[in-house]
Amino acid sequence: MSIEKKTIENLATLARLSIDDERAEEISKRLGSVLELVDQLQAADTSGLSDMHHPLKETQRLREDCVTETSQKEAFQAIAPDVENGLYLVPKVID
Amino acid sequence: MHNLTITELINGLKKRVFSSTEITQHFLSRIKTLDPLYNSLISVTEAQALKSAQTADTQLAQGNASELCGIPLVHKDIFCTQGVRTSCGSKMLDNFVPPYNATVVENFRNSGAVMLGKTNMDEFAMGSSNETSFYGAVKNPWAIDSVPGGSSGGSAAAIAARLTPGATATDTGGSIRQPAALCGITGLKPTYGRVSRWGMIAFASSLDQGGPMARTAEDCALLLNCMASYDEKDSTCIDRPVPNYSASLGDSVKGLRIGIPKEYFSEGLNPGTEKAVRDSLTEYEKLGAELVEISLPNTALSVPAYYVIAPAEASANLSRFDGVRYGHRCENPKDLEDLYRRTRAEGFGDEVQRRILIGTYCLSAGYYDAYYGKAQQVRELIRQDFNQAFEKVDLIMGPTCPSPAFKFGAKGNDPVAMYLEDIYTISTNLAGLPGMSLPCGLVDNKPVGLQIIGNYFDEARMLNAAHQFQQATDWHQLAPAGIQL
Repeated sequence: MSIEKKTIENLATLARLSIDDERAEEISKRLGSVLELVDQLQAADTSGLSDMHHPLKETQRLREDCVTETSQKEAFQAIAPDVENGLYLVPKVID
Repeated sequence: MHNLTITELINGLKKRVFSSTEITQHFLSRIKTLDPLYNSLISVTEAQALKSAQTADTQLAQGNASELCGIPLVHKDIFCTQGVRTSCGSKMLDNFVPPYNATVVENFRNSGAVMLGKTNMDEFAMGSSNETSFYGAVKNPWAIDSVPGGSSGGSAAAIAARLTPGATATDTGGSIRQPAALCGITGLKPTYGRVSRWGMIAFASSLDQGGPMARTAEDCALLLNCMASYDEKDSTCIDRPVPNYSASLGDSVKGLRIGIPKEYFSEGLNPGTEKAVRDSLTEYEKLGAELVEISLPNTALSVPAYYVIAPAEASANLSRFDGVRYGHRCENPKDLEDLYRRTRAEGFGDEVQRRILIGTYCLSAGYYDAYYGKAQQVRELIRQDFNQAFEKVDLIMGPTCPSPAFKFGAKGNDPVAMYLEDIYTISTNLAGLPGMSLPCGLVDNKPVGLQIIGNYFDEARMLNAAHQFQQATDWHQLAPAGIQL
């Protein structure tokens, strides 16, 4: 099974990964063999079954809507690549 | 000293045969001498370790110390450690110094245990051979041309080489059990939700679970006592009392019903591995257990189901690595898109990028139901197989891996061949059940692991069964050559 170059490009965009043409070829083959593996799932009879979201059918715990955390901005921003005035800096988005 | 188990070290500390400082210095010195060969550690925290050991010695002298006080351990480099680099085996986090401790790390810190360092691992826990780490492969102390297993290869190798008496590790598709088997040690993956995932860098959130590794079940029980806790900060953590896993180790296994899945003994299983495992099961019969043949008919579907679900969840979890708030950032980004795409292309290794792309594919519009939705339904089939089996048996046993440690590069060009290494361990993660591996033999001087799978929250019974086996046999006491025993 081989994946179209266009599909790889689309996936790379969705995943925000840059992939050059050489690697795209290799990735297409590898992805193809993994997708052949997972196609085995189609043979399984899962009629009437619901998705298994949790093995013990647990549901999301809720808590009171009140403030419990304190600001740790300085500690968190101390390890950031580029900050200024408490803001994370990225290349210009809006011209 | 390095050949003592955690249990024996605790006794030695109590009786003042040695101090925590002495043990810590001893292991740090062994790491310096031997680890250049095995590459099991990414970071060694010498100054911090000696300071903790000193504090532990004071507490031990005062007589009010917790059980693990003064015991040296290593943490898999997937657990956030405050002020200490946590790389997850990746260039993406090579410069990441967390501002907080994972709950598991905090639990051990509170117990007075001493952290020697952070162990090497497959990048972002994706792998079964510890070949994908940014910091280089880990060598199996039993055969240095062979893999230690993965993704917790560093933790397993460090214990096998007696560089540490115990370690933390994580298991998403077998990453505790498989390296434990290939390195001849004992490792346990708890029930999903038993151990907090707070601060444990996420790979596949519905499958990941942290657990202990050591040379014996007795030691794993001590470590699990500390690791397992209810944590409000992990909403998938189950609020259920933690038993004392050490208390029932001595129970007899007479009358224990052990299920042997016929699907785990079919083609692809190395004959030497099969013999070692079957001999171990005979040992259990001698101890009074009853062997029952069972079937887990959907076993073959577990690998395809896993290789949809795990990459899908990983693609979501790894989207947080964008060069903005922490970790690697590419130089001179042209624009935001370039920042994201190049940072991620540079920071992630090949296997991680492949899995992100597979995961993205399986979750993308038009494919979600056919892949992720279908895989989640197959997961329900697998869970039902186990539920039915546990109506007839107390524990399930079989081989942990299809064969002993393979040579580096042996599965290089075929990702599917690597994925099939996990065939016996993956179902356990899909069902959320607890599983463990203990040494049960050697094939060509390479260790073989016996896997025990338990029902939900039945870790105490699994550890008891493993301990009884380890009282009757001595596979867990064997050590590789060349480690300066």
